[in-house]
Amino acid sequence: MATDAERVRAQRTESFSDRWTQLKYDHNWLGFWFMLPAAAFLLLFLTYPLGLGIWLSVTDTRIGREGGFIGLENFEWLNEDPVFWLSVFNTFLYTTVASVIKFGLGLYLAILLNSHMPWKAIIRAVVLLPFIVPTVLSAIAFWWIYDTQFSIISWTLIEMGWIDENINFLGEPNNARASVIAANIWRGIPFVAITLLAGLQTIPQSLYEAATIDGASRWQMFRHVTYPMLTPIIAVVMTFSVLFTFTDFQLIYAMTRGGPANATHLMATLSYQRAIMGGNLGEGAAISTAMIPFLLAAILFSWFGLQRRKWQQGESDD
Amino acid sequence: MAEVRIRGVRKSFGNVEVIHGVDVDISDGEFVVLVGPSGCGKSTLLRMIAGLERITDGEVMIGGRVVNQMPPKERDVAMVFQNYALYPHMKVYDNMAFSMKLRGAEKSEVDQRVQKAADILGLTPFLERYPRQLSGGQRQRVAMGRAIVRDPQVFLFDEPLSNLDAKLRVQMRTEIKELHQRLKTTSVYVTHDQIEAMTMADRIVVMHDGIVEQAGEPLDLYDNPTNTFVAGFIGSPAMNFVRGTVRANGGPARLEAKDGVALPLGDGWSGQDGRSVVYGIRPEHLVLAEAGQRSVESEIAVVEPTGAETLLVSRVAGGEFQAVFRERHAFRPGTRVQLAPLLDKVHLFDAETGQRL
Repeated sequence: MATDAERVRAQRTESFSDRWTQLKYDHNWLGFWFMLPAAAFLLLFLTYPLGLGIWLSVTDTRIGREGGFIGLENFEWLNEDPVFWLSVFNTFLYTTVASVIKFGLGLYLAILLNSHMPWKAIIRAVVLLPFIVPTVLSAIAFWWIYDTQFSIISWTLIEMGWIDENINFLGEPNNARASVIAANIWRGIPFVAITLLAGLQTIPQSLYEAATIDGASRWQMFRHVTYPMLTPIIAVVMTFSVLFTFTDFQLIYAMTRGGPANATHLMATLSYQRAIMGGNLGEGAAISTAMIPFLLAAILFSWFGLQRRKWQQGESDD
Repeated sequence: MAEVRIRGVRKSFGNVEVIHGVDVDISDGEFVVLVGPSGCGKSTLLRMIAGLERITDGEVMIGGRVVNQMPPKERDVAMVFQNYALYPHMKVYDNMAFSMKLRGAEKSEVDQRVQKAADILGLTPFLERYPRQLSGGQRQRVAMGRAIVRDPQVFLFDEPLSNLDAKLRVQMRTEIKELHQRLKTTSVYVTHDQIEAMTMADRIVVMHDGIVEQAGEPLDLYDNPTNTFVAGFIGSPAMNFVRGTVRANGGPARLEAKDGVALPLGDGWSGQDGRSVVYGIRPEHLVLAEAGQRSVESEIAVVEPTGAETLLVSRVAGGEFQAVFRERHAFRPGTRVQLAPLLDKVHLFDAETGQRL
């Protein structure tokens, strides 16, 4: 006759083997465990810093001093700070102008690279170069290109007799804005161009042949075949491009540090300056937190842009 | 509607000439099928008629006009592609209306033509659907609808049925033929499937390695192939070939093949005594020999009954002989059978040139 202890042990083994069987056959259960490491990474490296940043934005924490909860005081303070609003304006200007030009030139380049030309592979590789060079390195190169005394652009224009004296690229507010935007465009174009090129290559050649026979001109082919077929990938690439540009920090910080007279301060650089350089972690965090609604808007845009269009639904024809 | 004339057309890609001077005349309202194995240049020829490929040399005329330098849209041709090439982001209606919209046609006219084409093809219920929501056969119809709406002088079909399953292919074959009988538009149809060619064509043009091997009506090609290529390409199961030498001395005319096998020949061939030839006989022209009939002995290898007929594969002179019987016989693999060729159906080809004798 079995003792109570034996019976309990038997029950335990049974329930253990039950759970093991469950683990082996229930894909959801198994999938949950497989998902855990990824979830842990996301929590540790994404959710925690984001949460901490938002928490800091409602405190008066400074470097070296534990702060207390002060509600929305940081935001009220920022609301009355013209430099903050200038940085918001700059960020929008920077993002809008750079993204529009990156899209235009990137699409143009993609179409160019998609056509037959000699040394196609090499040219495609060259286009990727700005993307490969580390940001700070290219920022320093631009710094030299925009140098007040040794700028190659000023030199060339003077040699050609177009201007008489060096252009003050980074010393004058609007020049500085245009200069950093140009540098950002230079860096961002490869991403847009190569991604759109990949999109272009998925469009079957026979569609163009059909359009040719249907009597479409080159522009009509672009308008009625290329562009609509490319819209899903345009939505993806432009969302990412906007997110990257909106949160840009390295390029500005390496080239102008926000100057002259805060004319090139973006929200990210201002946040860094206030939080790390100035030591006001709470206020800096509030500036960063203020970026969240704009980024959410961009993500929502992509959410709708990324939704499969009606014509993409249903069975594929491959 | 118009006739199409192809005069000495050549095509080179770089230094490689793929079409070596092709002449084809297609009369008004005719349904001509270009058929041949892959790589024979038939699709390239079609694309040159359409204007998708430049013509290296020679002339293509549509309705009496030389079109060599004319862009596709001025040639007034419509093309149905193998993968249908439907615009995936346009509804069926817009796919069909696209060419007319580009031309700036009146909305009412577009509407009327699309409705009419949809009516002919039974596409009316699908006009508001996207191509992805259609089955393969329906997409194929939309591709044809797009061609019909344009009311072109010439229809060009580039292997339009290759992507369909076997049953649908047979059905669409009939539909295309019916459509042609109804619209009577000059049509050029490219396929590698000789059955499609046989069943659909008014006239077949057999191409091989960039030249026209033979052009003619389907049954004429079947009965009188000019060379071994056409003889072997047209007809399924394919014609049986045996190499050997014609002998007419010391008995009735016959073909001496390997291993001392002799195949009977009609007396008409006596004049070819001693000539090296290829002996061709179609599977349905082999019958079971009756007593005293001249025949050849063969060993049965495989028996493939399909119900309507039975295909018999047997070994003769080191090669295979296929024979088709409509009657049912009790064939058993491994046994021997006496096959008698119908003497007036035997084809002889020159062993060197492959040309019909």
